[in-house]
Amino acid sequence: MLLLKIPRPRGYAGSIPASGTIAFLPLLSIHSTILSDLLLRTESLSVGRGDRVLLRELTIAVGCGQLVHLRGRNGTGKTSLLEVLAGLRSPVSGKVERTAGGLHWLGHKNALNGDLSVLENLQFWCALQHCDASAIAGALERLGLAKLRHRPCRTLSAGQKRRAALVRLLIAPRPLWLLDEPLAALDAEGLAYVGQMLDEHLQRDGGALVTSHQALPVGRDRLQLLEIG
Amino acid sequence: MWTWFHRLASPPTFYRLADRFSPWLAVIAALLIGYGLVGGLVLAPADYQQGDAFRIIYVHVPAAWLSLSGYVAMAAAAVVAIIWRIKLAECVVVAIAPVGASFTAMALVTGMLWGKPMWGAYWVWDARLTAELVLLFLYLGVIGLNQAFEDPRAGARACGLLALVGVVNVPIVHYSVEWWNSLHQGPTISRIGKPSIVPAMLWPLLAMTFGCMAFFAWAVLQRVQNELLIRERRSAWVRNWRLEREAAGNV
Amino acid sequence: MLRAFAAALRRELRVAARHKGDWLLPPLFYLIVVTLFALGGKPNDPQLAAFAPAVLWVGALLSALLNLDRLFRADFDDGTLEQMFLAPHGPIAVVYAKLSGHWLLGGLPLALLAMPLALQLGVPSAVLGSLLAGLLLGTPMLSLIGGFAAALTVGLPRAAVLLPVLVLPLIGPVVIFGAGAARAAAAGLDAAGPLYLLASLLVLGLCLLPLAATAALRNSFD
Repeated sequence: MLLLKIPRPRGYAGSIPASGTIAFLPLLSIHSTILSDLLLRTESLSVGRGDRVLLRELTIAVGCGQLVHLRGRNGTGKTSLLEVLAGLRSPVSGKVERTAGGLHWLGHKNALNGDLSVLENLQFWCALQHCDASAIAGALERLGLAKLRHRPCRTLSAGQKRRAALVRLLIAPRPLWLLDEPLAALDAEGLAYVGQMLDEHLQRDGGALVTSHQALPVGRDRLQLLEIG
Repeated sequence: MWTWFHRLASPPTFYRLADRFSPWLAVIAALLIGYGLVGGLVLAPADYQQGDAFRIIYVHVPAAWLSLSGYVAMAAAAVVAIIWRIKLAECVVVAIAPVGASFTAMALVTGMLWGKPMWGAYWVWDARLTAELVLLFLYLGVIGLNQAFEDPRAGARACGLLALVGVVNVPIVHYSVEWWNSLHQGPTISRIGKPSIVPAMLWPLLAMTFGCMAFFAWAVLQRVQNELLIRERRSAWVRNWRLEREAAGNV
Repeated sequence: MLRAFAAALRRELRVAARHKGDWLLPPLFYLIVVTLFALGGKPNDPQLAAFAPAVLWVGALLSALLNLDRLFRADFDDGTLEQMFLAPHGPIAVVYAKLSGHWLLGGLPLALLAMPLALQLGVPSAVLGSLLAGLLLGTPMLSLIGGFAAALTVGLPRAAVLLPVLVLPLIGPVVIFGAGAARAAAAGLDAAGPLYLLASLLVLGLCLLPLAATAALRNSFD
């Protein structure tokens, strides 16, 4: 049993509905719960891959303005856990409740088609997610990709691709971020950008759950470290 | 009712239950098939049109019948596996496929053997025979798909989806083949006239059918038990099961 | 929904425009298969026309299988599939768009190419209409069934070998009705019956198979 204590968040503002949030549980049941100060909560969640159970009876909560740094050795099931939390896969048992405000998912794959340019990839993503494409230009500018926006993604370096994937977090404001190794392949400048982005997100009372083998470039007071495995 | 269902579907409970029932199924299958074979192949009178060749129905008809109902049963298990994600149902899906495929193959082979004296050729593009051949391909697709997956659970669910699409396809295949067969040839192929069946012929046929059903169920149960042991090999109940067997000295 | 569908279809066509080989090679393959079939028979054999519907249908089937493996694989490999499943309206619009894209680039050209090939095989021109109608109704079915099979095998390393085994038995009725329409027309019968049956199969497939493909794709995350 692993329990994470959440301090009550200081303020509450922004686009997140304050009460009566409907959380979609995987499978059949839909429960209406009050998640006023939580963006994500699990209850005795067990996660597996194939016929192997990797994590048992996990209770995690992510509050507004809070960052949970998920750390563990390779193969402990961090990615599997994140996939279950995002709703891509079903848990072995237990349940996950998420805020209705929506979430950002950044897997270890960048979701960029190599034949399309950065801009085309992001425009497609906006159409898919029903969000405004006008924010793309500014977001590209911020992550230093403005000049590369017409380059096919195939020709970008690993770090540039990672930045292009991170651009999505700036295009659409969403309260919950689930990031799997966001710092992979980033240089010092990229690292600083991610730190800034996370800081701003938390200040707006957003929450994030991030796996990383490196220390996250965020202030200590908002950080919760969660070691698994 | 629901909790009872879940209890039954839990691997250890089902495993014990299968252990208790499968010997009975085996005995019933052996008795019925034994009676059916003796009654059908020896005691029943020869058909006045087909002579002794008709006796192949005692194998062919049950095999053909089970090949089809086996596929439907597989699809039914697939529904349970996909909607409720019950591990036992996943095992049933992958366990039925090889057994059903063997019955389909048997129906095809006996159909061909029967075709030689009746139609003068081992293979005639008869509607039912062709539909049976497509059914065999559908079974083989499920088996092939299951073997391609490394993760047994994802593999079983993929097989379930294929079985579901396949089961919608089976009646379509059946009617399209009938239509195809009737397009030009008309009723030239002599359908075997339905003989008015005498009790001495009927009872062995019924016994064979139910006997094969029992055998089918027995074979599927054995496979389901094996699947359960493999999938649950890390769980406590399988370890206990092993210890019990080792203590009894038969590992 | 419509916006996602349009964007996904545009994306399919854009990627195809940058990889011309992907959709130019299947028609070429089709051409070669039909030519080889003719080479296997006697020169100018009048019997060739009798087998033409079967040859044209099987050739189209095999050619459409060629680029099936790639349908969902690139999106699976680069992670786009995950983003599709987390979209607010789910992935179904994109699945429809990708299947439509496969038909536009991989099915429609084959159906059109079948016309000159049919003439080459000596099919009388009165039959061409029902042959084309059958192919136009049948090739979308190929994309639907093929798309479902591609979705089932998207995470598998050796899917290319498995795909034909999964697709071909399921496509049997389509071939029977499609080639049957052409044969009926050749025999001077009314070809409308099999074409209606083909159309109803297509409606059934359009309703059910994209849902099955979506479920199969979701299964690939496990």
